[in-house]
Amino acid sequence: MKPVFTYTKGMVRTDTSYCPGCTHGIAHRLITETLDEMGLLGDAVGVAPIGCAVQAHKFMNLDMCESAHGRAPAVASGIRRVHPDKVVFTYQGDGDLASIGTAEIVHAAARGEKFTTFFINNCIYGMTGGQMAPTTLLGQRSTTSQDGRKKEQAGSPIRVSELLSALDGAVYIERVSLASPAHIRNAKKAVRRAFEIQRQGLGFTFVEFLSTCPTNWGLAPPDAMKWLIDNMIPYYPLGVYREPQAVEKEAAV
Amino acid sequence: MSSNNKSNSQNEKVLLKGNEAFAEAAIRGGLRFYFGYPITPQSEIPEFMSRELPKRGGVFLQAESELGAINMAYGAGAAGGAVFISSSSPGIALMQEGMSFLCSAEVPLVALNVSRGGPGIGGIQPGQADYFQTTRGGGNGDYKIPVFAPASIQEAIDLIYEAAELADKWRNPIMIFADGIMGQMMEPVSLPEQRPFIEAGDIRKAKPWAATGYGEDASKRSIVKSLRMQPDELEAHVEKLFEKYARAEKELVRVETRDLDDADIVLVAFGTVARIAREAIDILAERGIKAGLIRPISLWPFPYATFDEIGARTKAVISAELSMGQMLEDVKIGVGKRLPVRLIHRTGGMIPTSLELADSAEKIYIESGGTGFNNILINNTGLQPGRRSGDKEVL
Amino acid sequence: MSSQKLFFAGSGGQGIILMGQMVTYAAMFEDKQTTYYPSYGPEMRGGTANCTVIVSDKAVSSPLIYEADCLIAMNLPSLLKFESIVKPGGIMLLNSSIISEKASRSDIRVYYVPTLDVARELGAPKSANMVMLGAAVRATNVVKRETVERVMREKAFTGKKADTIPLNLKAFESFSV
Repeated sequence: MKPVFTYTKGMVRTDTSYCPGCTHGIAHRLITETLDEMGLLGDAVGVAPIGCAVQAHKFMNLDMCESAHGRAPAVASGIRRVHPDKVVFTYQGDGDLASIGTAEIVHAAARGEKFTTFFINNCIYGMTGGQMAPTTLLGQRSTTSQDGRKKEQAGSPIRVSELLSALDGAVYIERVSLASPAHIRNAKKAVRRAFEIQRQGLGFTFVEFLSTCPTNWGLAPPDAMKWLIDNMIPYYPLGVYREPQAVEKEAAV
Repeated sequence: MSSNNKSNSQNEKVLLKGNEAFAEAAIRGGLRFYFGYPITPQSEIPEFMSRELPKRGGVFLQAESELGAINMAYGAGAAGGAVFISSSSPGIALMQEGMSFLCSAEVPLVALNVSRGGPGIGGIQPGQADYFQTTRGGGNGDYKIPVFAPASIQEAIDLIYEAAELADKWRNPIMIFADGIMGQMMEPVSLPEQRPFIEAGDIRKAKPWAATGYGEDASKRSIVKSLRMQPDELEAHVEKLFEKYARAEKELVRVETRDLDDADIVLVAFGTVARIAREAIDILAERGIKAGLIRPISLWPFPYATFDEIGARTKAVISAELSMGQMLEDVKIGVGKRLPVRLIHRTGGMIPTSLELADSAEKIYIESGGTGFNNILINNTGLQPGRRSGDKEVL
Repeated sequence: MSSQKLFFAGSGGQGIILMGQMVTYAAMFEDKQTTYYPSYGPEMRGGTANCTVIVSDKAVSSPLIYEADCLIAMNLPSLLKFESIVKPGGIMLLNSSIISEKASRSDIRVYYVPTLDVARELGAPKSANMVMLGAAVRATNVVKRETVERVMREKAFTGKKADTIPLNLKAFESFSV
């Protein structure tokens, strides 16, 4: 009988502690599988955020370092300085990266830090229990926007990929989705592209994963996937926002 | 003036400004990585590092904030790098978030506080009101950081150089507590030899716990972490840390003393204030009062046991500090109920002169039952009775 | 001499810091204990500039002083503000090129040093501070003349500035106390 699922070399053989239907597992696997395919698992150092993925090292079978809320890009900047020939990445959620850690991510991108940030955008704080994130959509309910997020009160959601695209140091930025097999296949290509560009030493690389949080959204996993496609993608369009050739052309002008 | 950046033999003296000396000592100690952010009165340190570190094979990175700097330091330290950071009081306050993480994850670091007056943005003149922040742990949770307070540029150099080794040995941040006077003053010093920087490829062997990429054997992967969701696991971890701190309390106490066995009064002071106290002690001697000195060099662990050496003759113990009385609490613990403990302080960036310190100490001595015969001596030494340096400006 | 406390005061640009550091270097070259401590006003240029130099045979205790063996006042505000810190029997040197007032104290030795006039006569108006430094060094004997010359060569006027040493030395020696 052909197995439908096997642990990859980059995944620790353990039970997941993520909620049923959560897309963290998919993102973890895409990252570690790509590193494995590139022969880089033993040369990689990952930085985990604060949030549900704080224990990413329980699942990703590589050297890892926890970091304080939002500070992962600063931590990765330090690691990269000590090991300029290793592969370094941060893995951060939207509360961590787009709220408390805005200074760190913006300046790491501006410096053109040669690591990759994987940004999990699921429009909500997961671990703390479903509060409004900077990425929470207008009208979206959360435990701190119980009648739905209002623009007058909380402003509009931050489009991080677009924001970082304004910085010269960010050479590769792509927003992908984890909501369907086709999306996931494309997401893996983006992960690989980011690591390849990091290896070339061209600058800061960034992949935003549109993700789900069925638990805090109060939706069944299939409905959560549908909600992502119907609501998130229109506001957060998929696609490549920065790529090295275009950045080089800009620099030449 | 052209500063001398060439390597110096052990005994050749060079004249260095405090801030530059601190930075030079860090580089020579083998601290290859520096992350910093400008703040008065220590901005010469990032300036010096930006100029010197890259050409000597090290790395300088200007962070976006002190939060950025301490977290870069945490990352570099977690990856096995030897790291130095510096800041001043409000910047050190921001760094406390990271200090807590470093202590829990047992990541080495040498940190320098060129402290200034507070609270809030306070001022840019020297202060010691970060004593609690530094010795009690300014961040969350149970942890300790060994703190050394030099009183001369040479001592600062020696302590920073040694701290580079201690940080690795104890797998803990080590803090150097200087003040704005020390940062700006110049003194002739001899510099220690350059310790070799550890190459990236050698880190895994020297620090198997560091996150460097596991290489060939995934079973030996490193996780640098502080999260422990299970209470029993976290308790066991904190207990383990405190076993280490208990050893540090035995091994890291540093103190200078003078005439404790037959002193009329004992002054306790650290850093620049201890030097002012030494001069005050000379003034008091001219007035017939013998003052002893306890100069804690390690603020944590505090030299409590040294207070047992105070002899029967002593009438009072005085904590002299640039704060509203923070070290005072440790002095009280050290003295216990044996003797009255009093405070002489200035704050906000004001610094007592040696004369002011001597006058206040004399007053306390007399209030504590000391004999007042020394007024005669005051006249004999040409000092005017009743002259109080409070009217005098500190230069 | 067991210990001497010198206080240099003036405004930014008058070479206050240089004078103080040169004495400190000279003391170091003579294997004496020495501490230099500067204090500035908040302005980067044109503000007040003071520094303390302590030279001693034994370890320097307080780097800060409340009285000075010698005050070098390069402008009027410095005279007004700091005349009182000179110890009875101490020394004060005034830059009489720009300070027309006289000292108010009679219990100290006062030298009126026309630094700018002397320097201009030498054709080296920028060396006014060296005129004052020479006067102060001779008045206090805090360090030796030869050592100051060494400081000029090795520390103060190196590289392109080396050409200025003969004139600076002349300025240094031009005022007799």
